[in-house]
Amino acid sequence: MTSGPVSSPEGAPWGSDESGLLASLRAGDDAAFETLVRGHGTRLLAVARRFLRSEEDARDAVQDAFLSAFRSLDSFEGTSRLATWLHRIVVNACLMRLRTRRRKPEAAIEDLLPHFVEDGHRANPGPAWEESADVLIERREVRALVRAAIDRLPDGYRVVLVLRDIEELDTAETARLLELSENAVKIRLHRARQALRELLDPELSGPVRRSA
Amino acid sequence: MDQRPYITCHELLDFLHLYLAGELPDERVHEFERHLGVCDPCVSYIESYKTATALGKAAWIEGGPDEPVGGSVPDELVAAILAARGGKAP
Repeated sequence: MTSGPVSSPEGAPWGSDESGLLASLRAGDDAAFETLVRGHGTRLLAVARRFLRSEEDARDAVQDAFLSAFRSLDSFEGTSRLATWLHRIVVNACLMRLRTRRRKPEAAIEDLLPHFVEDGHRANPGPAWEESADVLIERREVRALVRAAIDRLPDGYRVVLVLRDIEELDTAETARLLELSENAVKIRLHRARQALRELLDPELSGPVRRSA
Repeated sequence: MDQRPYITCHELLDFLHLYLAGELPDERVHEFERHLGVCDPCVSYIESYKTATALGKAAWIEGGPDEPVGGSVPDELVAAILAARGGKAP
């Protein structure tokens, strides 16, 4: 995970001094709380939007995360940066929301995996993808297409892909957060990537059409 | 010459993640590479799987060349968080 500099409200004295900001937070300084929220809120909201499909849910998760962080300030040991600590808290808040919300019907992962004929060959292999990831990712419509495809993955697979490939947690940490075995995380990540590939295949195989 | 049957495309794709992560034993790696030596569709599949994975990793990177960086946290969210804490809303 990357973290940007913390911007302070005009006239706030902390700048990039995390220990000073932390001391002010622990002293209950209102301006320090605003600095924390404004400095880290944008990034935490971006994280929450990757887990939760609705903007309202994402904002609620960020609010839950900050309130949880405020309550835990005394236990923050300062062994990691505030950004890293807050990132963990908002990921937990998002996972909690995913566990408790009412689930909508979603596709079965098997429907999104490659299909095989009896002798073990892939059914309808289709043409190769001609363009590289480096070229494709430069294009806004491809990024939108990929985000939409990730949103179509079943939650149990989408969350693993977001944690491992986007939030860059390792297998052990992902397994701990999701209460899965490490092997189950590896299999779910593989299936999520396969499903993502299948969902993108109609658009990206063969010569790629470009929007005007 | 190796007379053993080739592994199938199905077997290869089921365990592809372990092959790409370097977590297969040498004997299995040999079987994978023997299959890939004669199966262009699997070679193409692996390339597209790697591309899809890379696209997934990069799809949310802010500030792509044609996309502005994602602004600031909404004021109403800041106000709601600070109010819920019990402090003064900005």
